[in-house]
Amino acid sequence: MYHHKTIAELSRGLAAGEYTSEQLTRHFLQRIEVHGTALNCFITVTADEALTQAREADQRRARGEAGPLTGIPMVHKDIFCTDGVKTSCGSKMLDNFIAPYDATVVRKLKEAGMPLLGKANMDEFAMGSSNETSFYGPVKNPWNTGTVPGGSSGGSAAIVAARLAPLATGTDTGGSIRQPAALCGVTGLKPTYGRVSRYGMIAFASSLDQGGPMTGNAEDAAWVLNVMAGFDVRDSTSVEREVPDYRSGLERPLDGLRIGLPQEYFGEGLNIEVAKVIEVAIEQYKQLGAEVIEISLPNSKRSVPTYYVVAPAECSSNLSRFDGVRFGYRCEEPKDLEDLYKRSRGEGFGSEVKRRIMIGTYALSAGYYDAYYLKAQKMRHLISDDFKQAFESVDVIMGPTAPDVAFELGAKSDDPVSMYLSDIYTIAANLAGLPGMSIPAGFVNDLPVGLQIIGNYFDEARLLNVAHQYQQTTDWHTRTPDAFM
Amino acid sequence: MSLQKEDVVKIAHLARLAIDEADIPGYARNLSSILRLIEEMDVVDTEAVTPMAHPLDMVQRLRDDVVSEENRRECFQKIAPQVENGLYLVPQVIE
Amino acid sequence: MQWEVVIGLEIHAQLATRSKIFSAAATAYGTAPNTQACAVDLGLPGVLPVLNKEVVRMAAKFGLAIGARVAPRSVFARKNYFYPDLPKGYQISQFELPIVEGGHIDIDLEDGGSKRIDVTRAHLEEDAGKSLHEDFHGMTGIDLNRAGTPLLEIVSEPDMRSAKEAVAYMRKIHSLVRYLEICDGNMQEGSFRCDANVSVRPMGQEELGTRSELKNINSFRFVEKAINFEIERQIDVLEAGGKIIQETRLYDADKDITRAMRSKEEANDYRYFPDPDLLPVVIEPAFLDMVKATLPELPDEKRQRFVDEFGLGAYDAGVLTASREIAEYFEAVVVTVDGAAKLSANWVMGELTAALNKGGQDIADSPVSAQMLGGMILRISDNTISGKIAKEVFEAMWAGEGDADTVIEAKGLKQITDAGAIEPVIDEIIAANPGQVEQYRSGKDKLFGFFVGQVMKATQGKANPQQVNELLKTKLNG
Repeated sequence: MYHHKTIAELSRGLAAGEYTSEQLTRHFLQRIEVHGTALNCFITVTADEALTQAREADQRRARGEAGPLTGIPMVHKDIFCTDGVKTSCGSKMLDNFIAPYDATVVRKLKEAGMPLLGKANMDEFAMGSSNETSFYGPVKNPWNTGTVPGGSSGGSAAIVAARLAPLATGTDTGGSIRQPAALCGVTGLKPTYGRVSRYGMIAFASSLDQGGPMTGNAEDAAWVLNVMAGFDVRDSTSVEREVPDYRSGLERPLDGLRIGLPQEYFGEGLNIEVAKVIEVAIEQYKQLGAEVIEISLPNSKRSVPTYYVVAPAECSSNLSRFDGVRFGYRCEEPKDLEDLYKRSRGEGFGSEVKRRIMIGTYALSAGYYDAYYLKAQKMRHLISDDFKQAFESVDVIMGPTAPDVAFELGAKSDDPVSMYLSDIYTIAANLAGLPGMSIPAGFVNDLPVGLQIIGNYFDEARLLNVAHQYQQTTDWHTRTPDAFM
Repeated sequence: MSLQKEDVVKIAHLARLAIDEADIPGYARNLSSILRLIEEMDVVDTEAVTPMAHPLDMVQRLRDDVVSEENRRECFQKIAPQVENGLYLVPQVIE
Repeated sequence: MQWEVVIGLEIHAQLATRSKIFSAAATAYGTAPNTQACAVDLGLPGVLPVLNKEVVRMAAKFGLAIGARVAPRSVFARKNYFYPDLPKGYQISQFELPIVEGGHIDIDLEDGGSKRIDVTRAHLEEDAGKSLHEDFHGMTGIDLNRAGTPLLEIVSEPDMRSAKEAVAYMRKIHSLVRYLEICDGNMQEGSFRCDANVSVRPMGQEELGTRSELKNINSFRFVEKAINFEIERQIDVLEAGGKIIQETRLYDADKDITRAMRSKEEANDYRYFPDPDLLPVVIEPAFLDMVKATLPELPDEKRQRFVDEFGLGAYDAGVLTASREIAEYFEAVVVTVDGAAKLSANWVMGELTAALNKGGQDIADSPVSAQMLGGMILRISDNTISGKIAKEVFEAMWAGEGDADTVIEAKGLKQITDAGAIEPVIDEIIAANPGQVEQYRSGKDKLFGFFVGQVMKATQGKANPQQVNELLKTKLNG
């Protein structure tokens, strides 16, 4: 069936005329109709647009103008602005927001000819690690619908895991691609900060946010990153640097690859069963010719505290534009201007978003700036220097993506701090701006475990190569939950 | 740092967030526990460290002074809560 | 008690770019509401700022012109506050690392001396939109066309000691930014406006008094009036034993008072932090050299040159160089008249300025070009017309009746310099006024003017006044 094929296979099938984009798109739309509601993984399904785009893709192919991704349907996380399509960011605040423009990533994938199936559910404004903060309700993990899919790109991860689309985009501010990828057993890549344009991606924390692909395997991620990556004149933080063909290095053997294992990623707080899965995966890499080196990232222990200053500080300012004046939610009958602001924002934002806005507001306020914000920026420097030093002696860093497998819905909703610790291994890469991946590496209690691979700046090609080689010799990434076969 | 009710009220005002009276203690508790988490940074001496605002050491790119945006008022105001004669309306502003 | 006034100004000069500071929307003034507010200016979700190069160039130009340090590295920061004309809920500005630091401006004092006013810094920021308070059923309308317009905020040290000094400083900056062609200086349209920080302290006290900030004053006259009102208000409060509260006040020009702004009552906590959407602005020495090469002759240099080269007095040179356009006009006149600089100066500062003021016109729109005025002055110099007749010629030129020669010819205004033509007229007048002649000859010298007047009247002002004087004297005394 189409939904078990990789993007590479679908591309070849389309090129060979074995099926049309319209057939593929109908197939995925039908799967979405059957499974989407149960998983609550979509905020919007754009069936009509998808079919129109699919037919256009088929015509384009008939004209001989198809690219490698033309005709392959996909899903965007609902954080990417899509012209004419509701873009809610998982929030009541934007429940009525029809974006009047396309994000750069959306434009690029549209120009590549990928029909848009819909917009994926997510934690509100990407703030969450379980998808439970969404205004549209939590997404269910396809492997066990009593558990969370991770977050914030939980909808995207569930969609790919349940084979409702071969690609869903995600964004990663502190682990929001990698952690749900791990919990749902899919492949997720957070590129180097600045590699993928942030234009049109609704900002959570501008100096940390980065968009990337969530797919069934590393090769597919390479195909998609080829299109997503690149300099954008509309994003001052995007990097003017050539985009290599990420597919070209996938087959490189891993002989002599130096893998760093940070001792800090295997200590207290890590589920012992998860640790065992990771150890087995590392063994596999040794089999593939890699060399394992123990390293230390001494400041990484402070990455969660650091992150919970930097991210909320930036978000408190980024989310000020949601004021009920030009777009989005406005409260009923405001009695004056202050009431308009306070109630529109108070009613439009959920409690996690409000918490983070308040923490950030506090951290930036007079008298606390130095102790919190400035301190965190200094910590960020130390954390990033740890990586710089590590990459002098290793090519990639590996460890668990998350300390545990998917937890039960509601288990951590009342305890923000324990929720924040779900991202303990992923956050440091965001603070440093490094690329990171999560790939499926096994199961604990029938729930997927993700292996995290962190690379040096702009070394996505190597990450993809390292992930792909593993996936050539393992089949964890091909597993599909029974209900979604 | 433990936040009191008044702190929460003050921060919520600065951030223009209406918070139900009944929710304030919950926020005070949660925010305090987050602040305790944050204060784990304090064990690290950062005296001699320069702050890092951006992950990459890059400089601002400059755009040529060219007008390329067109008038899209109608499109932008279709999604606005309240407009009249091309203006966004808000409750009266008193200067 | 003797009070000392302390004033510092924050001048906002709108930079004369085509597009906005962080977006590619136009900056034109006076277009229909919100038609020039693009996605970035509206702060739509997901949009990002990209800095306009011209803005950096203009700020650097200003920095060089006031002898300031143009920062090799400056940083944009966010100033966070909620206001409906501020779409993002923060203003992108510069805080810790502004683009221009230091520098100074020399102002002229009324006693003829001069005084140096230090500039603390000048930083780049985006302007906000406008709130329109016309009645929309009790609501306020927001126009965001101006949002994102580039501003250079020029902050002075608290170096001024009177409203007059503040105005002199503001005029000097106004002149400078227009010389540099970085701001059109149009105060009605808000392209050049200022906030004044005013405080008073007992004479001799070192510590500064509590200040109030007067917001958004958009004319030189109002700056003076607002500051003077505020000084008196503060002294009254203090002398009555009261205390000055640090606050923002608005000047109400209709009532000539200042009043506290209600909307800014609370102490603001702007929560500045570096804007993560923008990277540090780095100015390379080569860029700075390039900007330096484009610096025009600055007002003070030009003024000195006018004194040295044209022999003008410092005051006249100051008036003529206050605006680059007037200075250039004047120089074009001088070139035409081949050196009659003083006469040219008088005409430019006198008739021409008066006519422009009367019509509310800019010198660029003057119906009398520099060449035309020069042509007319030449006719004064070569005695074709008298200074008095020249006024008539000037009026005709202003009314579009052609250049000086055309007007002189058409109206027959050519001066009578032929003694043979003037003498008979004088003879007639002496004959017709025997009584006055008698009185004059018996010592009533004042009557001389009467005879001159009569001759000029009879010749419709065309007789060369000098000749008339000489001939009259000979005949009356003879």
